Amino acid sequence: MEYHLKTPMTNDTVRKLRAGDIVYITGRMITLRDEGHARFLEEGAPEGLDLKGAVLYHCGPIVAKKESGFELVSAGPTTSMRLEKYEADFIEKTGISLIVGKGGMGDKTEAACREYGSVHGIFPGGCAVAAATHITKVAGVIWEDLGMPEAMWIFDAEEFGPVTVNIDAAGGNLMKRRHSKGDVL
Amino acid sequence: MKVPEERNNVNDTAGKFGELELARFVCHLASHLPDDVEERVRAMAKKETNEAALKTYGCMIENMELADSLKRPLCQDTGIPCFYVKAGSDWPLLGSLDEIIKSAAAKAFRDAPLRPNAVDPFTGKNSGNNEGPRTPYIDWEIVPGDELEMTVYLSGGGCSLPGFAVVLTPGEGIEKAKKLILDRLLERGVNACPPLIAGVGIGSSADIAGKLSKKALLRPVGSVNECENAAALERELFKKANDLGIGPGGLGGVESVLAVNVEFAARHPATFAVALSTGCWATRRGTLKVDWDLNVTCLSHRDFR
Repeated sequence: MEYHLKTPMTNDTVRKLRAGDIVYITGRMITLRDEGHARFLEEGAPEGLDLKGAVLYHCGPIVAKKESGFELVSAGPTTSMRLEKYEADFIEKTGISLIVGKGGMGDKTEAACREYGSVHGIFPGGCAVAAATHITKVAGVIWEDLGMPEAMWIFDAEEFGPVTVNIDAAGGNLMKRRHSKGDVL
Repeated sequence: MKVPEERNNVNDTAGKFGELELARFVCHLASHLPDDVEERVRAMAKKETNEAALKTYGCMIENMELADSLKRPLCQDTGIPCFYVKAGSDWPLLGSLDEIIKSAAAKAFRDAPLRPNAVDPFTGKNSGNNEGPRTPYIDWEIVPGDELEMTVYLSGGGCSLPGFAVVLTPGEGIEKAKKLILDRLLERGVNACPPLIAGVGIGSSADIAGKLSKKALLRPVGSVNECENAAALERELFKKANDLGIGPGGLGGVESVLAVNVEFAARHPATFAVALSTGCWATRRGTLKVDWDLNVTCLSHRDFR
């Protein structure tokens, strides 16, 4: 199935999604990587930031600072598995609806997706200019002291995709199903 | 060392070569795949039958075209800039080359723009300018002659994560090595922007195997090791890696690797060291040849002038 979704998403919308579905996102996305997750879980959300129903993008973009403001250059996904250590806690604390990255995620994230009604999806890795063309605005940045890749960037997206649902809220896990060690060796 | 009269101001000449040619080349290769990689990706897309894989290839090809037309880095991870120098001992700017490379890398960082990726391993602090200890990374090989051949590689993070080096016993040897490589490609390959280039190095110790695995990764896609035993290992691992069914983006597909290249050194009677270096489908690697008169020829990108 193909879905065109807007943020904030409702729990009902997210729970309908199934591993293998294709999603296009319009609305607010925030980026976080390793350092950002660690700080978020240690210090809590920055004041005034409500992530319920929002989209988390595993991404460390290239952003040019121009006089007119931020200009997004390239913004493809980063390896989601690095964030496995943090993601279940992050889902529980924020109520985030959709997490976008590349590659698979592990059992803890899968369990949290099921419990809290969240979904992990993948955008084709390395397709950073294609991704950036679907992000219409850099609305802001928080924790810039972490450096450009690790800071929390706030994006407005328009039909951002294709995002393939990898882990759904009903126990589906596309990557795990495909790549569990079988007898291929 | 002979210096042509019209070029007696070496600093000025070095500046022109570094700031103009080399910096421009680094920017170019941040936005363009080398010909061999692009041709292989397009050929794999034509062979593909899996629907999700076809969609992923479509996005990859669209991205290549957008990066070219918008002149932007095709992946936001512009890596750690690595320079593999093979310099003739009589090449006229050899003594200035370290400085030329560093200033070109700094200019490319501003012009492309590249992402600041140099992080202090102890404090976690990003330097903000892509410079740090041994960064940009420069590997030196000095050979007889008066020409320079230099391969530049923007070594990404995600695509480097499957890498490893290990020293096995001879009893474990090649069979254990093959299993470790395929296990690692299966376990981590899906996250590293497949289809991948796998570089395998074999030698007597971890450092030698590791360096050779990177040299293997940097060899052109479609090239074959001159040694028949190494070529046979390349063919075997290529077939088995493709049989893993990872596909583009890890969504399954007909093929999973662009290439498997092997480079080796003699091992010690007591050791069998093996290493794996991996590159993503968007392997940004390019090679320049610079003669004694500083005429530059690009060996990797036909569209670089």
